[in-house]
Amino acid sequence: MDYTTLLLQFVFFPGFLFTAVVGLVTSWIDRKVTARVQMRVGPPFLQPFYDIIKLMFKETIIPSGSPRLLFLSAPLLGLSGATLASFILWRILLNPGQSFMGDLIVLLYLLTLPAVAAILGSFASQNPLASLGGSREMKLIIAYELPFVLALLVPIIKAQSMRLGEILAFGSLLPSASGVLALIVSILCMQAKLTLVPFDLPEAETELTGGAFIEYSGPPLGLFKLTKAMMLFILPMFLVCVFWGGIHFAGGWNSMLLGFLKYIALIVIIVLIRNTAPRVRIDQAVTFFWGPVTGMSVIAILLAFWGW
Amino acid sequence: MSKRSIIPIGPYHALQEEPEFFKLHVEGEKVVGLDIELGYNHRGIEKLSESKHYDQTVFLVERICGICSTSHPIACVQAIEDAGDIEVPERALYIRSIIGELERIHSHMLWLGLAGHFLGFNTVWMWAWRHREEVLNVFELITGNRNHYAMMKAGGVRRDIKAEDIPTIKKMVADLKAPLTLFKKTVADDPVIQARTKGVGVLSAQQVIDYAALGPTARASGVKIDVRRDHPHAAYGLVDWDVITAQNGDVFDKAVVRILEMFESIRIIEQCLDKLKTVTGSVDSNPKEVKPGEGVGLYEAPRGEVFHYIRSDGTNRPARHKVRAPSFMNVITDREAVIGHTVADATIILAAVDPCYCCTERMAAVDVYSGRRVFTAADMIKCSQQKTAELRKKLGAHGPKLNIA
Repeated sequence: MDYTTLLLQFVFFPGFLFTAVVGLVTSWIDRKVTARVQMRVGPPFLQPFYDIIKLMFKETIIPSGSPRLLFLSAPLLGLSGATLASFILWRILLNPGQSFMGDLIVLLYLLTLPAVAAILGSFASQNPLASLGGSREMKLIIAYELPFVLALLVPIIKAQSMRLGEILAFGSLLPSASGVLALIVSILCMQAKLTLVPFDLPEAETELTGGAFIEYSGPPLGLFKLTKAMMLFILPMFLVCVFWGGIHFAGGWNSMLLGFLKYIALIVIIVLIRNTAPRVRIDQAVTFFWGPVTGMSVIAILLAFWGW
Repeated sequence: MSKRSIIPIGPYHALQEEPEFFKLHVEGEKVVGLDIELGYNHRGIEKLSESKHYDQTVFLVERICGICSTSHPIACVQAIEDAGDIEVPERALYIRSIIGELERIHSHMLWLGLAGHFLGFNTVWMWAWRHREEVLNVFELITGNRNHYAMMKAGGVRRDIKAEDIPTIKKMVADLKAPLTLFKKTVADDPVIQARTKGVGVLSAQQVIDYAALGPTARASGVKIDVRRDHPHAAYGLVDWDVITAQNGDVFDKAVVRILEMFESIRIIEQCLDKLKTVTGSVDSNPKEVKPGEGVGLYEAPRGEVFHYIRSDGTNRPARHKVRAPSFMNVITDREAVIGHTVADATIILAAVDPCYCCTERMAAVDVYSGRRVFTAADMIKCSQQKTAELRKKLGAHGPKLNIA
């Protein structure tokens, strides 16, 4: 495959444009369902697109005394991480033969990049509220990455492979006890990775008024928002692939619809969690992830070893 | 020892929609100090009141606060009635209590929603405010207004409640019980709400007495003060109800006290509506003049005791009008409650006293050219203490000795 095709794939399908559009549509679903749960009307279908496009034409204000390059490159870092993750994930999903050794680990790192970008951006902002948000984000990463990685060991043990293609070929883990436990753990970690309630501490509108993103405006803020919307698409898709058998494009419309429904089910779970809980404190979040959640993932690994 | 920095909440915080300024001195995320600055929105209501006649004064104080928009009028008309020895028909007393308690319900629901919002629980916020609209519907039915009811006047109330409306009002009020029960269960059952609010922002009974905190803030710490019981006014001495208290003084107990108080309010409203069927007659004694004298009006607003003092010199306008709203006493307790907690908890602790800044504004001396304040808060306190010392010297008094158990 030549580089032009690869570049086109990266920019259009299944890379940036595809992920951005599906991500924004997903964020509309999130906003609309949230609104209905809260007895509100909710935004029109194109509202997420309007938001991003509007931000692209707004003024960019860089706080005086902040490192310009770092401040402006942080959102790009997050966006490219998310795009690359989606690109790799979808290439393998469309053609499992393109899986390479250790692609799971690459994805794991790429999925952390948006959070790292938020930390960099917050410290570049030179704002006390932003640095609080950044330090919370850092603690949160330390808290949720451990159980997340442990939960990912379950499909690796089951499929006896580190290749995503072979994990996909192994199929759904779901009826098994270890698979269910690992999925629950990773859903909780996903909620924290998406920084949604109850783990929205880095942004915490009512405490830090936007936290990490407080100094951002215009296109950089738009890129952060876009990254967040894309992650809302990539992370549930990643979980569907790893734990729930993924989407099979070879199996005709029925199996594609089934894969799509799995994705929607995860989105519904995310939205429900985010609307039925208040925000936790950072110490409570760390205790929660290192205590019960890590415990659950360890049990899941043991169960997987014993073949359940 | 880590470095101290200041986290500003205000002067125009994006969430606490009123102008106030809390400076949180923090080490990392831990709050080690708190400066409270008020006075950004001083409107000179007391001075303004001296230029209005008594009917206008009531409308003026109604606009001190949009949430307590009947607490101030009730206290004000009681002060006028006290000063001028004005009789109030019994039926008017019941109507005053009904309006006052409806206001308590809508105010507590507003707080409940905001508390949910501060905790990041936006569903509670939206639901509480959605059901608050139903309370406003009752107001609209009774008074024609949803927020500023314009019901109070010296000597009675401005509008009667029609006999044919009573069953509808009763049903609307009874319908509030279902959502309130839902909120009661949510607060009692949700583990995350408990984790976030129990043991957070504790105010001991002693601190409540030391700071002279009022209303639900005091009652959540086990201090059983309620002007409705201690100085019965309106119809509160004529119906059966309980003062709700809790023991721990944390944010959770403040929420519990407010939620249970809403049920008591419904009890009071239902009894008052029943009484309206038997107590007939006029709702206004139509006073023609206010005799010279002094009067004090107390009312238990949703946030605590609101105090109005009026001195009449026999003309048609007050010679002096003094207002003290409960938030003025409650906001400073934050200084005790917030220390030692994290920034995450600070927002909900500051909100737990249900602060209402527009009532607490006193005075601000600002240099118009530089925009800087001439007097700081500390200077003001100094001035106030000097004045008190001078007065004491002049009167030879030693001040009252309080003993609240």
